[in-house]
Amino acid sequence: MRSVTVVRTSTANLASVLTGLERLGCRVRTTADPREVADADRVVLPGVGAFAAAQRAIAAHGLADSLRERIDRGRPTLGICLGMQLMARGSEEAPGVPGLGVLDGVVESYEPGEEGWRVPQMGWNLVEPQDGCRIVPRGHAYFANSYRLATAPEGWLPVWCEYAGRFVAAVERGPVVGCQFHPELSGEYGRALLVRWLEA
Amino acid sequence: MLPVRIIPCLDVRDGRVVKGVRFRGLADQGDPGELAHAYEEQGADEVVVLDVTATPEGRGTRRDTVAAVRAGLSVPLTVGGGIGGVGDAAALLEAGADKVAVNTAALRRPELLTDLAARFGSQCVVVSIDALRTGDGRTDSDDGARAMQWLDGPPTNHRGAAESPYEVVVLSGTEQLARDAVAWAREAVDRGAGEILLTSIDRDGTRSGYELSLLCAVRSAVRVPIVASGGADSPGHMADAVRAGADAVLAASIFHQGNWTVGAVKEALVGLGVEVRPNYMAEPARAATPSPVAAAGTVPVPEGTP
Repeated sequence: MRSVTVVRTSTANLASVLTGLERLGCRVRTTADPREVADADRVVLPGVGAFAAAQRAIAAHGLADSLRERIDRGRPTLGICLGMQLMARGSEEAPGVPGLGVLDGVVESYEPGEEGWRVPQMGWNLVEPQDGCRIVPRGHAYFANSYRLATAPEGWLPVWCEYAGRFVAAVERGPVVGCQFHPELSGEYGRALLVRWLEA
Repeated sequence: MLPVRIIPCLDVRDGRVVKGVRFRGLADQGDPGELAHAYEEQGADEVVVLDVTATPEGRGTRRDTVAAVRAGLSVPLTVGGGIGGVGDAAALLEAGADKVAVNTAALRRPELLTDLAARFGSQCVVVSIDALRTGDGRTDSDDGARAMQWLDGPPTNHRGAAESPYEVVVLSGTEQLARDAVAWAREAVDRGAGEILLTSIDRDGTRSGYELSLLCAVRSAVRVPIVASGGADSPGHMADAVRAGADAVLAASIFHQGNWTVGAVKEALVGLGVEVRPNYMAEPARAATPSPVAAAGTVPVPEGTP
């Protein structure tokens, strides 16, 4: 049975992530302890909420170094939605609040140039992994976001998607993955992704 | 545009799924967890659980129902009913909801939407609006013409600027407010709602089709996604709602009573020219297939493209 440690920040709704992993047979625990985050085999950084509040929670628990270090070392880590955005240098949502900085880019808001693009993006969109991606498959994934990374960060394999222009739906570097969408809410597609990550 | 979401709705009372007509005469339809799971298997893009009796009886939505549904569901779950404050919302999110739908409490205290958005993000906050056609607007025959009229912008009436012939009704349809539904939709979005669950009480459970002019009127007022609700009896009704501006279509009776599966609805919608999410098919061998987007990856993105 695989063991997965889910980072608990007060802003995230964890139940979907926890039950999703448990359905795949994982032993799941939650923590906000930097030592446990540093030592865990597999870490999920979930996220629903606001960038600044989540970053404050990470700082308050002293989690930034543990997360940055395990990502730099290529240890299995999965950032989901806001969890991926927190991996960037920062976000337009919270100017001046630094992210973890492992993705060289700043998260920007959607600025729909044309009529018909709803904000937030809410629903299923087709994601297309660039050649070489090993964990994120091609398929429809569930998004619920008002902000996104528009350009691929250096040193990561991008997974692309279109919504009022092209944006980065996910990034991969070995077993380190950031998903703008929610694999835990993406049905069969999400299960396929999570199984690949658990085996990576 | 994204594929249109097909959303089965579970109206829950005392832990059981019920369904009535115009919010009355609720009849038992089954176990919420089992139904939700079955709908996901059929291809549901999302599931909504509404505790239809939570507010009138002054109690919160039962967390155990939410947890039971969540345990068997891996698509998004929106929960509404009896959410009076941020604490109620937090409890439901912790129990397994992905979004919370607020109705009565938001009308009484609109700042609640702002508070919820600040804490959980707008994408987590759904404003549920139950609208009733009033007075001069009460005709069922001229929806098409009415819809086209609304596309040019709503007229004004005695309730002030940019108003509609729809009023908001709260407490599960038992109390009518002199509040214009379109004006309330706009205010709710300004205050932080990230999605509108828009129910026509005139159509609820009647299987006579969605209230298209209501959808058009709210569509022209806001840019957040709109979930159409009330009156669906066929994929044709759903296609009409999409053309009137809905991003998602919610239905209860037609799924509970087995007239249509979600999959059959999706197939029919494709035939009507509406894009839906296809079922996920695992790729057989991925290494050999170059992705079209990867090839396009060398094309520079024009300046100003988000």
